[in-house]
Amino acid sequence: MEKAVFIIASIGSVLSAVWMVFGENTVHSALALVANFFTLAVFYILLEAHFLAVVQIIVYAGAIMVLFLFVIMLLGVDRRDQYRETIPFQFPLAVLFSAGLLGVLIYTIRAAFTKTPFTGLAQANASGNTQGLGRLLFTHYLFPFEVTSLLLIVAAMGAMVIGKRRAPAETQPEDEDA
Amino acid sequence: MAPSAYLILGAILFSVGTLGVLLRRNALVIFMSIELMLNAVNLTLVTFARMRGTLDGQVLAFFVIAVAAAEVVVGLAIIVAMFRRKQTASVDDARLFKW
Repeated sequence: MEKAVFIIASIGSVLSAVWMVFGENTVHSALALVANFFTLAVFYILLEAHFLAVVQIIVYAGAIMVLFLFVIMLLGVDRRDQYRETIPFQFPLAVLFSAGLLGVLIYTIRAAFTKTPFTGLAQANASGNTQGLGRLLFTHYLFPFEVTSLLLIVAAMGAMVIGKRRAPAETQPEDEDA
Repeated sequence: MAPSAYLILGAILFSVGTLGVLLRRNALVIFMSIELMLNAVNLTLVTFARMRGTLDGQVLAFFVIAVAAAEVVVGLAIIVAMFRRKQTASVDDARLFKW
């Protein structure tokens, strides 16, 4: 059962990732990425990470991708210069380097982990996955958790500062430029 | 399924994300490719968590999701600010921040 679900979801995952990268339309790329996030949620359920599966759907597919689509709609879709090569042989070189990276990664994984089985999370998840995560998060990982909250506040303020419009006197000469 | 199947899938997704960053010129699509790479690493972390029988990998993936959310907010603000000045989202047209 796990094998069947894994094979179907992994095919969907790889196809949606490839569609995201090679799609001509930016909106289609964003929708392919949403599909990819859903397949990843399926993998999290298979890997006994139930809380993360739900967070994946709510935060990634819900919040982050909606933000992406919002910005795409705000800027308008332009497919003018999608594949212009700015460096000579950019396409073959990019494919070569990515394939080389994939080869090295797969070689390392096969060398290191072929015989290692899953220990399983039955013991760690005994009192529930969310409870276990929460216990770990608020005891052993309390300091990183607080730093993350600080990071989120700084990021929100940074986005406000960057996104703010300049005073009219400052932008006028540039507007004439554009 | 063996752990290596999940790890190899994570490696494939990461490589596809790299390809997107190297090939595409649209800043938004490059950004989405980076999200794909972050998710591939998350899948690897969750696989390791189940492999070792502890929840630490899942906590780390949780932190990665939080940092990715912060990164998206700032990055999209930069893209919007760039578009407002240059009327384009192509990374080739934005070689300089000030001119």
